[in-house]
Amino acid sequence: MRIPLSWLREFAAVPAGATAEDVMAELVKVGFEEEDVHRPTDALQGPVVVGQVLSIVKEPQTNGKTINWCQVRVVPEGQEQTLTGDSIDPSGVQGIICGAHNFVEGDKVVVTLPGAVLPGDFHISARKTYGHLSAGMIASVRELGIGEDHDGILVLSRIGLDPEIGTDAMELLGLYDQAAEINVTPDRGYAFSIRGVAREYAHATGTGFTDPATKVQAPAELSGGYGVKLNDDAPIYGKPGCDRFVARTVRGVDATKPTPPWMTSRLRLAGIRSISLPVDISNYVMLELGQPTHCYDLDKLSGDIVVRRAVAGEKITTLDDKERALDIEDLLITDGSGAIGIAGVMGGAATEVSDSTSNVLVEAAHFDEVSIGRSRRRHKLPSEASKRFERGVDWHVADIAAQRVVDLLVDLAGGVADQAGTDVGTAPDAVTIALPAAFASQRIGIDFTEEQITTSLVDLGAVVEKNDGGWTVTAPSWRNDLETKEDLTEEIARLVGYDNIPATLPVAPPGRGLTRVQQQRRRLIQSLADAGLTEVLAYPFVSKAANDTFGVAEQGAARSAVKLANPISEEHGFLRTSILPGLIEVAKRNYSRGFRDLALFESGLVFLPGETVGTQSIPPLGVKPSDEVLDALYDGVPDQPLHVAAVLTGHDSPAAAGHTPRLWDWSDALDIARLAGDVLGVEVVVSQGAHQAFHPGRAAQLSLRTGEVVGYAGELHPKLLAAHDMPARSVALEFNADALFEAAADVIVARHISTFPVATQDVALVVPQEIPADQVLEALREGAGELLEDVALFDVYAGKGIEEGKKSLAFGLRFRATDRTLTADEASAARESAVALAAERFGAVQR
Amino acid sequence: MTETLPGAAIPNPTDEAAITAAVDQAIAAIAGAGTLDELKAVRLAHTGEKSPLSLANREIGGLPKDQKAVAGKLMGSSRGRVNKALADRTAELEAQNDARILLEETVDVTAAPRRRRAGARHPLSTLQDRVADIFVGMGWEIAEGPEVESEWFNFDALNFKPDHPAREMQDTFFVEPPEAHLVMRTHTSPVQVRSMLERELPIYVLCPGKVFRTDELDATHTPVFHQFEGLAIDKNLSMADLLGTLEHFTRQLFGDEASVRLRPNYFPFTEPSAELDIWHPGAKGGPRWIEWGGCGMINPNVLRAAGIDPDIYSGFAFGMGIERALMFRNDVGDMRDMIEGDVRFSEHFGMEI
Repeated sequence: MRIPLSWLREFAAVPAGATAEDVMAELVKVGFEEEDVHRPTDALQGPVVVGQVLSIVKEPQTNGKTINWCQVRVVPEGQEQTLTGDSIDPSGVQGIICGAHNFVEGDKVVVTLPGAVLPGDFHISARKTYGHLSAGMIASVRELGIGEDHDGILVLSRIGLDPEIGTDAMELLGLYDQAAEINVTPDRGYAFSIRGVAREYAHATGTGFTDPATKVQAPAELSGGYGVKLNDDAPIYGKPGCDRFVARTVRGVDATKPTPPWMTSRLRLAGIRSISLPVDISNYVMLELGQPTHCYDLDKLSGDIVVRRAVAGEKITTLDDKERALDIEDLLITDGSGAIGIAGVMGGAATEVSDSTSNVLVEAAHFDEVSIGRSRRRHKLPSEASKRFERGVDWHVADIAAQRVVDLLVDLAGGVADQAGTDVGTAPDAVTIALPAAFASQRIGIDFTEEQITTSLVDLGAVVEKNDGGWTVTAPSWRNDLETKEDLTEEIARLVGYDNIPATLPVAPPGRGLTRVQQQRRRLIQSLADAGLTEVLAYPFVSKAANDTFGVAEQGAARSAVKLANPISEEHGFLRTSILPGLIEVAKRNYSRGFRDLALFESGLVFLPGETVGTQSIPPLGVKPSDEVLDALYDGVPDQPLHVAAVLTGHDSPAAAGHTPRLWDWSDALDIARLAGDVLGVEVVVSQGAHQAFHPGRAAQLSLRTGEVVGYAGELHPKLLAAHDMPARSVALEFNADALFEAAADVIVARHISTFPVATQDVALVVPQEIPADQVLEALREGAGELLEDVALFDVYAGKGIEEGKKSLAFGLRFRATDRTLTADEASAARESAVALAAERFGAVQR
Repeated sequence: MTETLPGAAIPNPTDEAAITAAVDQAIAAIAGAGTLDELKAVRLAHTGEKSPLSLANREIGGLPKDQKAVAGKLMGSSRGRVNKALADRTAELEAQNDARILLEETVDVTAAPRRRRAGARHPLSTLQDRVADIFVGMGWEIAEGPEVESEWFNFDALNFKPDHPAREMQDTFFVEPPEAHLVMRTHTSPVQVRSMLERELPIYVLCPGKVFRTDELDATHTPVFHQFEGLAIDKNLSMADLLGTLEHFTRQLFGDEASVRLRPNYFPFTEPSAELDIWHPGAKGGPRWIEWGGCGMINPNVLRAAGIDPDIYSGFAFGMGIERALMFRNDVGDMRDMIEGDVRFSEHFGMEI
């Protein structure tokens, strides 16, 4: 909301020298945030005066244009020029070259004299042009920064002005005024008016306030006016769409009369363009009182006005000349011809006032917030009117606003008001709220005095009555946001001042600290960073193709993903089912910026919709839903496990004197996944895997001991890397961290540490190439029995001396007993038993 | 190398002058040995079997009985002196030798390669942990929830009326199909609702996490950002308790000079509501007030939605942005730096914030 200071000053005690900044500094105390300052003089400086064109000499130029060499009087004849400065002629007549032709000798115009500065930092000075010394400029509204019209210069008589020559034109045009722009929160509809803001200014400063509504003399009752019927047969939430409609008639207006500059200036500062006198008056009253009104051309109306819901298939052409298909929920203003306006949103083109309008019907109505909001959203028609109606307008101000419009049409447009008028509808019940005596003090932590409480509420416009336990408060009609004792408490605290709230620190009961999962997650993330990986955070928005590639491993498996209804970009319209697409984008970006050696990781949620997605309906607010309804809400939310993924490319460390870095390879991806398992105390089992995003021969499936698959690791598919302009042999891994957290043991049981000597034995086994080493090792472990303390693969060999299609795997076995020193025979027997099982399972032959 | 000193006669073991001369000669030779090899030669020459002192010692056996004791004593002390000199010199030369070897092994430590390098945490992630730790230290617990959420948890339970303009203030990502009533959470407040439904009273929880709004990425906006929201529900909590909690927290994060200012504002889920400014003593360009978030006393409708009796319990809630904190606390000028994942950004922060 933009507040012209001159306007505010009419109703509140704004000091004469106050700036927009000063006003904003006061309003922010009561909860209106500063947004901006609108001050013409920031861009426009005088001397800018009224001049009269004495003579025009038309001088055709070689380029085909004709320019005007004008003599312009800027000081009344017989008076001395009091302004001094370069090229300001003491005679009071300036010679000025002007290219525009929309004025004649004798016209009064706005002259920007040498020394003036115009918007755009345009300095006016005398300059030689077309063979003359042009000492100033005859200005257009555009050049003055007060309008878009640049067809020609501003002829003052055309805006109804005949000022004295030499008058300060900036004063005349209201250009010394300024506006404070504040943010109005959605609960405070009343503050979308000078009336509301002036009251707030008075609250903030503790000064006086005059209600603009009290300055208007509206008849106590209206009758005999234009026929209006409120006929809502489908109220929303049981509330009628229109519960008041005031209609007034003004006849014989001259719609072509110019809007006076004081009004256009205030409208302009408030951000509203001047359109025509009747429309400007309607807007002016809306800004002043917060009540949107509408002017119809009475002669274009036919039959009674009926306010009703639209019927299927109904259409309207709105003021912006667009045809709109109406929804049966839209509330309409109609007459005998059909729809003449979408109630509270926008009027229709057919009945709008035009230059030829002479009889005007003024509408000031009160509409249901929800109904207007829905129509506005449905038609994407945010208007000044809908903004106010959606947030709530004072029911009781409608007749006053109508009267104000009537008065201005009479005063400014030369109309005559009918005595008869229309006022139909029913006032809503006033809202009364019980405020227990101690409530506000307890809730805020300030020991409010009775006087502070009652004064604050009375200042708001509430009626306060003392009762046994506190007060009964009747909320003012313009404050539809005041419904509960909490609402009143905020008002009391706000008016007394939030700065008076003391600080006390409540003590929470003993907590349990971070949960186990929170600790596991921290440890995991920190361990990956400690291991040399860099954490990044990418967006979860991905393409369908990316989800198809990275989502699930099984070829042809259903790939469901959460789709957004309104994504930032259609290309990335889905939520990730894998961390990797985003991470690869990040890797690619770093690579393109010259970073060749990368080890990146990200942890984040992935989105896996199950069978049930969402719920058909949602329960109402302010009531705890039943357990069944809550369960349905919980179950409808897609599964969102925490995944961790990493991408590695290039080398493991920077090259340096005395150090040869190693290229990351497929085994590093596995290693990091296993490290993640280690730090959580969970064994990550690798097996040969298949996943369309990975190299078919260099991918591992990661699983738990239980067989549950938790992820993949290995070399990314060469084609995928090529498609992403990523270096060949880049590797990646991704696993479900939640699954790992869950698999971690709650309590780890200690193992007896034997101090008896160790017996080590090595064994080399020849097995077919395709047998995974891990399985052979597992066979050895099982076969060796409990004497085996550890077994490790220390060499893999294929080639000379080994049969084609086979490989030799060398394992080191470490035996130890808990209760005695093992003999060589015992150790050998255990080894033989181990080898026997490997032989049985895989045909392993000892070398 | 010879085993005897050339031309040396065998000294008489009773001739103290001659023996002393031989000892002096030996000690001088020991002292003159510059290397362990030279010392070995000197040792053989002066203490070996053919050395004058050894030979003289051997003469003792042939001496008259009355001279044996005197000669024995003389030879014993003389040979002792020589042996001690030898041992001392050996130790000296060994030490010199060791020192030389160590000197030769000198490296240029400034040329050492870095093989192991710590990676880096994303500063948003580190800062989020830091914030959580402060609240955990106050006895609060950390609560988390899903990022795709039922509309009821994100809006209705928080007293956003279905048709109220406030519902549109939070530019919401909706999930297909709209009839499923799922959204990407626009704040972490749905976690507060879940906490209220799931936990025992009183409740003191902090809800950090990612939130989503349909803003295009630019220097100060991002469609994905991080928040932390606090929720306290207890008997008789007041706005003063809210202010005290915020003050304690901001002093932990921004120093003892920091303080908090509340300004009236509107949120559907709190009443009264306030905008939260912090006095940031370390702000670039000098200490100043910085807008950081919203807060207020929980609207009774929110308590009712979770089955909590607003006549018995009251509570407060607050919510702040982590990105914003990182911008003004650590002087990050451009939101895009946090999003793009350039390794230089995270690596500059390392593990700390």
